[in-house]
Amino acid sequence: MSQLFMKGNEAIAESAVRAGCEFFAGYPITPQNEIPEYLSWRLDEVGGVFVQGESEVAAVNMIYGASCAGKRVMTSTSGPGLSLKAEGISYLAASRLPAVIVDVARTGAGLGQIKPGQNDYWFVKSPGHGGFKTIVLAPHTVQEAVDLTYMAFDLADRDLAPVIVLADGVIGAMMEAVTLPPFKDTYPDKTSWILNGAENRESRIISSVTNDLNKLESFHVYQKELYESWGRKDVMVESFMASDAEYIIAAYGTSARIAKTAIRILREKGIKIGLIRPITIVPFPYEAFEDLPYNNVKGILVTELCIPSQMIDDIQLGVLKRIPVHTFGRGGGFIFSPEDIIDELNKVFSLED
Amino acid sequence: MKNIYKKSSIISENAFCPGCLHGVASKLIAEVLEELQIHQKAICVLPVGCGTLNMESLKLDRVVAAHGRAPAVATGLKRSLPDNIVFTYQGDGDLASIGLAEIIHAANRGENITVIFVNNSIYGMTGGQLAPTTLVQQQSTTSKFGRNTSTMGYPIKMAEIITQLESPTLVARQSLDSPRNIIAAKKIIRRAFENQMNHKGFSFVELLSNCPTNWKMKPIDSLDWMRSNVIPYFELGILKDVEGGK
Repeated sequence: MSQLFMKGNEAIAESAVRAGCEFFAGYPITPQNEIPEYLSWRLDEVGGVFVQGESEVAAVNMIYGASCAGKRVMTSTSGPGLSLKAEGISYLAASRLPAVIVDVARTGAGLGQIKPGQNDYWFVKSPGHGGFKTIVLAPHTVQEAVDLTYMAFDLADRDLAPVIVLADGVIGAMMEAVTLPPFKDTYPDKTSWILNGAENRESRIISSVTNDLNKLESFHVYQKELYESWGRKDVMVESFMASDAEYIIAAYGTSARIAKTAIRILREKGIKIGLIRPITIVPFPYEAFEDLPYNNVKGILVTELCIPSQMIDDIQLGVLKRIPVHTFGRGGGFIFSPEDIIDELNKVFSLED
Repeated sequence: MKNIYKKSSIISENAFCPGCLHGVASKLIAEVLEELQIHQKAICVLPVGCGTLNMESLKLDRVVAAHGRAPAVATGLKRSLPDNIVFTYQGDGDLASIGLAEIIHAANRGENITVIFVNNSIYGMTGGQLAPTTLVQQQSTTSKFGRNTSTMGYPIKMAEIITQLESPTLVARQSLDSPRNIIAAKKIIRRAFENQMNHKGFSFVELLSNCPTNWKMKPIDSLDWMRSNVIPYFELGILKDVEGGK
């Protein structure tokens, strides 16, 4: 299959089209603008629908409506917009509606800055009120962004739930060679639950509200079981040069690819260091950290493009204080270099002494 | 014996308070959909508020939107299913306050949907707070001494605002206080759905309603209050009718 040289955001958009996305609604926000820009003409070509909403609030509710109609739907945004979409994502989860939400993350709370950041980690794990979870897929290359976006539609349809693709401004803006997946031609049958008019069948209701409290609690129990099932079957994690490692870097997304370069440099110097890279943020690969050889591993450094560290909460849950865990990050939209990571490793673990 | 009145087959129970005119609005919609033979193609987008209770009474495909977002949900549905009939049923808190952006922009895009806006000048479901449509000097639980225009502004005339936009093709306001007005309301609701069937674009029907429970009035007194206070402020009639040359 031939390779194309594509920008991350556009590759995500094209992957969505190939996954059968038929409806996209979005709102302009940097650094994800190439996704709606691309889909504004591309969906038209393939007979889909693009709507630029009047706000993120409207956009997420438009995909809510299209999902009720059984369409494969997507929206994309960045942190400030994700805050506004939180309402709709909660309703998607509670109404059991599949949808894909792409967050091309930037730095900082509030308006922050349009520079890249990994500041939405805490938020995307339960992006809305009421206590629900979303599967979160975190690519570290453009190819992986393509593959995970493609997969996200299937996961959303499988679970009838919103799924998050957590990229960041680096992945969205960089260009890399990608192999695009084929156009999907078979989709799950949704005719048993969608709204398309009660012709020759009982009328249906899609709703997050019910006056039947037992039914509501049953749904809550169902949610619990669904989330537990993710932990058993959907965890994805990359272990990079970690099998014999005495030092582990824990990183996802862009910071993981920077860490890989740092690891290659250090390995050439004979230092036994490796990377554990969560690909699924939810479900988190706790076992990859629980199963570390504790007599061999001397320390973990969590590297992220944010301050304070957010992933450390999950690392600590896996490690349970059996190994010293340090954090290293840059805030303010700054991106650290492999050398910055090596300097930090030397500082906390005296690696090259 | 000649059968002169038949209950619509797509209405089940009335879930509203005694004397509330929401039930009349729902009944009129049901009758119109059935008469036009589009009830099996219809999808109703419900609001958050008293209108949500239609989830119990309308036997149509229906979805409960988040508060104020019904026009956005309807946009997603109608764009996905252009051959179905999609309408929203919204109250004044839902449409004229929290959902102001959604209604204005759905109207401005000229979405081929029908909006039924039931305006009873109060937040009913939450217990009678000040609404964007609460009348000047009207009391509510958050305006104990009546709506004070210097701090709370004036009641918003939604039909007039929607009329200012280019895209909508039918905008009207009717009242549900009397048989005469109910007949007129049904006629305009019917036109609003026919508009959608004929792909004419966005139709907006505002229906003035009451709230005996939170106005703290007997139902009969609430009707008198509508006639002497609500209807004089919210003028009845067809404000925009592109098909009819207005």
